[in-house]
Amino acid sequence: MGYFLLRRTVGFLATLLTITVVVFAVMNILPGDPALTILGIEASEAALEALRQQLGLHDPVVVRYFRWVGAALTGDFGMSHAYRVSVAELVLERLPLTLSLAFGGMIATVVLALAMGIGAAANHRKAGDWGVMFLSQIGIAVPSFWAAMLLVLLFAVYLQWLPPGGFPGWSDPVAALRSLVLPIAALTFVQAAVLARVTRSAALEVMRLDYVRTARAMGYPRRRILWRHVLPNALVPIVTIVGLQFATLVTGTIVIENVFYLPGLGRLVFQAIANRDLPLVQALVTLFAVIVVTVNFLVDVIYVMIDPRLKTRA
Amino acid sequence: MRLTAAPALLAALALALAAPAAAQTRISIGIQQEPTALDPTIEATAAINVMVTQNIFETLTRVDRSGAVQPGLAESWEISDDGRTYRFHLHQGVAFHDGTPFTADHVLFSFERAMAEDSTNPRRIIFDPIESVEMIDEHTVEITLARPEAFFLFELARGPAIIVTPETVETNATRPVGTGPFMFDAWTRGDRLRFVKNPGHRNADEVALDMVEFRFIADPAAAAAALLAGELDAFPGFPAPELVAQFEADPRFTVQVGTTEGEVILAMNNARPPFDDIRARQAVSHAINREELIEGAMYGLAVPISSFYPPHGPAFVDLSDLYPHDPDRARALFEEAGILGDTLTLRPVPFPYGTRSAEIIQAQLGAAGMNVRIENVEWGFWLEEVFRNHNYDLTIVAHTESNDLGNFARDSYYWGYDSDAFRELWEAIRTETDDEARIALLQDAQRMVSEEAVLGYLFQLPLIGIFRDGVEGFWDSQPTLALPLAEVTVR
Amino acid sequence: MSRHLTPNLVLGAVLVAFVVGVAALSLVWTPHDHAAMNIRARFAPASDIHWLGTDQLGRDVVSQLMVAARNSMTVALIAVLMGGSIGVAFGLLASALGGWVEDLIMRVADIGFAFPALLFAIMLSAVFGPSLWVAVFAIAFINIPVFARVTRGAANVIWTRDYVAAARAAGQGRFAISRDHILPNVAAPVIVQATIEFAIAILAEAALSYLGLGAQPPSPSWGRMLSEAQTLMFMAPQLAIYPGLCIMAAVLGFSLLGDALRDITDPRLTRSRQA
Repeated sequence: MGYFLLRRTVGFLATLLTITVVVFAVMNILPGDPALTILGIEASEAALEALRQQLGLHDPVVVRYFRWVGAALTGDFGMSHAYRVSVAELVLERLPLTLSLAFGGMIATVVLALAMGIGAAANHRKAGDWGVMFLSQIGIAVPSFWAAMLLVLLFAVYLQWLPPGGFPGWSDPVAALRSLVLPIAALTFVQAAVLARVTRSAALEVMRLDYVRTARAMGYPRRRILWRHVLPNALVPIVTIVGLQFATLVTGTIVIENVFYLPGLGRLVFQAIANRDLPLVQALVTLFAVIVVTVNFLVDVIYVMIDPRLKTRA
Repeated sequence: MRLTAAPALLAALALALAAPAAAQTRISIGIQQEPTALDPTIEATAAINVMVTQNIFETLTRVDRSGAVQPGLAESWEISDDGRTYRFHLHQGVAFHDGTPFTADHVLFSFERAMAEDSTNPRRIIFDPIESVEMIDEHTVEITLARPEAFFLFELARGPAIIVTPETVETNATRPVGTGPFMFDAWTRGDRLRFVKNPGHRNADEVALDMVEFRFIADPAAAAAALLAGELDAFPGFPAPELVAQFEADPRFTVQVGTTEGEVILAMNNARPPFDDIRARQAVSHAINREELIEGAMYGLAVPISSFYPPHGPAFVDLSDLYPHDPDRARALFEEAGILGDTLTLRPVPFPYGTRSAEIIQAQLGAAGMNVRIENVEWGFWLEEVFRNHNYDLTIVAHTESNDLGNFARDSYYWGYDSDAFRELWEAIRTETDDEARIALLQDAQRMVSEEAVLGYLFQLPLIGIFRDGVEGFWDSQPTLALPLAEVTVR
Repeated sequence: MSRHLTPNLVLGAVLVAFVVGVAALSLVWTPHDHAAMNIRARFAPASDIHWLGTDQLGRDVVSQLMVAARNSMTVALIAVLMGGSIGVAFGLLASALGGWVEDLIMRVADIGFAFPALLFAIMLSAVFGPSLWVAVFAIAFINIPVFARVTRGAANVIWTRDYVAAARAAGQGRFAISRDHILPNVAAPVIVQATIEFAIAILAEAALSYLGLGAQPPSPSWGRMLSEAQTLMFMAPQLAIYPGLCIMAAVLGFSLLGDALRDITDPRLTRSRQA
């Protein structure tokens, strides 16, 4: 187990390093001059050159890479070219919103999906099961941006119950939460559908096992069997999927933040690319990738801990 | 004593609590594009100029809603007979928002900074004609030009020519400090920007708004939804012409459709085949159906142009009969140029007017026998590949500066137009200080670039404003990039 | 086989047949030229001439949807085939060799997973300019690790089977065993996964086109039709409905079919490592 963890950790760190190289390389073949993007089409060549000097765009690529990674290790991600404040400040400013979206979406997803999945498994081959399965099939089939469009149309434009988008800031918590309802709903809709299906099939697998059948035959209450025996044993695939869904959720927040114009990281990355704001793009893409890799790593570790049988071949 | 004091105190307290609430006049304004910095001397983004010029920062001169030059920080000026020396008399008793008194030193500092060797001012061209800037006394500045410059006073009113103070010059990008009628208050990036009234401004009595909040809403549907939901009082640069009819029919809103200085063009790369051949360019000009284009892309809300000059300008000449819509003539000209049936790439700018026009232009050129491949590119990519590297056949873009006919005189500009005859003409225009003579020359210039079919001239970009009933005073047209809020009232 | 004729299978097969049929039909026939504009007849309601009306440029909506179906199917097919074959090869290789090779391949797959398709597509289109090919490559790319994982997971189970041990004892090499015993036995979960990935690819193409990174005009795409319809929701809400329904029908069809196929094949095989 210790050896396994060590090997995984080394692999994890190597992955992180590779990601920084890949991101840096891609960002540096990206066409487009940050100076031109900032100063626009009326700028003189002298002004552009002066700005390029200021932004340090003339150093060789390798020098810039090591300077970037070296500084990043000390927590310094450089200055945003476009916003002229530190990247760390920009990211920290927007991180709470994206995290609220991601965690809000994840919690809502897990709660909804477990209830739907276990419920469906318990009613296997009955109307309830078909109903849940059908709903989750539809959920999977609906693009989140379309779900978001429909939600805005219904709740913001026709009913006017909730704001159509934007974010009032945390100083007014009620308004802040209200503006997160529709985005989280749009995110949850799709994610919960995926997880509900996994939960259902995992639960069904467990229910086929002998000890559950025995427990049933011995007349244990159904609810107790479900929550005490089925759910814990079905957790392995569920945890895996929840972990992997984080990757989808990250993508999801990028799209959803752009549909609801929420000032989070997903919107920032789009703006940063359009602005040719290299330090910011590098930091954000790396950040997204690091989140996903870290979650993957944790899932692997948890996976082995829950199900030690697998570590021999894993 | 206590008995009598208490009610008085209570009354005072009640007044203190109630008065600001009653008197607070605030407005919430939708803006499509969020700038990344708030300093127009370091970045070209239009939204910066729109929000801060004339509101946070002031310039020596000011352009009013009719496009006329008015006094700004300079209350008056004299111009020498040879048109080269400008003596500006500055307002006295003006202070920056941080309390620094405004003097001629600040004018010198601002101009020297913009003109310096390592200046990154996005529009240094404003300062190009300047030979020297001198301080006569605390409140008088004299600027000498190397040559007469007809547009100088107008140019001085632009955002990149704002007057700043050295103490805050480094932080103006995030916390702008100027002399204007409004002061920066807070900026929640990605969401909103707040200004408050500057009570110390010389015209503070005439300013109705106590607080201004800009909300950044990029998506047109969300913009419309926010207006309908009552979250916004105004959207002065509304991005979706297709939704205007709906707001016009709604008694809660008023709609203003005005003009900008933005000529939307179908640029052709004159420097390389096939558009180095005038017949190919003429063919494109004949293939364009402006009426259909404006209806389809702008829902009828734009004025067609036939040259590179706004129809509301004083020197406008109508040249629409030069190349009338005629697909058969276009086909014949493409045939003559030997390119009929070829494939052309069209790389429009990634803004709604661009991508929408592209689809219609594609169909119109298709009707004249040409294949057009549309490549939608990002703004940064467009600037690099199309604008800088001239790597394109066709592109659609709006040129939003005023007095920009001079672009045709530029060396190695992305249009690839190279004409010494035009350069001479433009030099004459720039140095002609007599209005009437200049207008005649400007008309010649319009004819020249139209006859040579340098570009496909499409339409003038409209300025669509949607306002809640009771909101008044916004400019209905945009002679220069600014959104002066001092004149705005809210009922 | 009749016990497998579940409602899932029937509905899935019908939807898939319909969408694929319509896509194929669009090659030879659409009610109108899908690109023909008539700006004066924009936003026409449904009628005998235009069954679902016209869009903001007066183009026939049914014809647009049909051609969009074809584009969507083509993107999904190429992307899944490309990503799937590379992924399966890597998965087999990882499982056959084990040890550091397996570790390396899975680590690289992790890096693949770490790049959400959207970020990858944004970076690709920033470098090469947006096009349908960017969408194809981005979707193919994210499919590689998915198939590598599924294949490797299923293959690892097969490697522990007695008949594989017997083959090894008989002196058969790792690659020969992979070809003769492992590949046929992982085919079922791979095909199931491919059906599901097909559905995901349709969704991904729609999302990329919605964000302007996929199909370019005048080539119609459900995603782009939706993004164009977004500002028109007040004026012509139907335009925001039809393409969404099409995406839903196509994705629902393929995922129901995948589900049904999964039930038919041994479900225990796909359990261990779902991606």
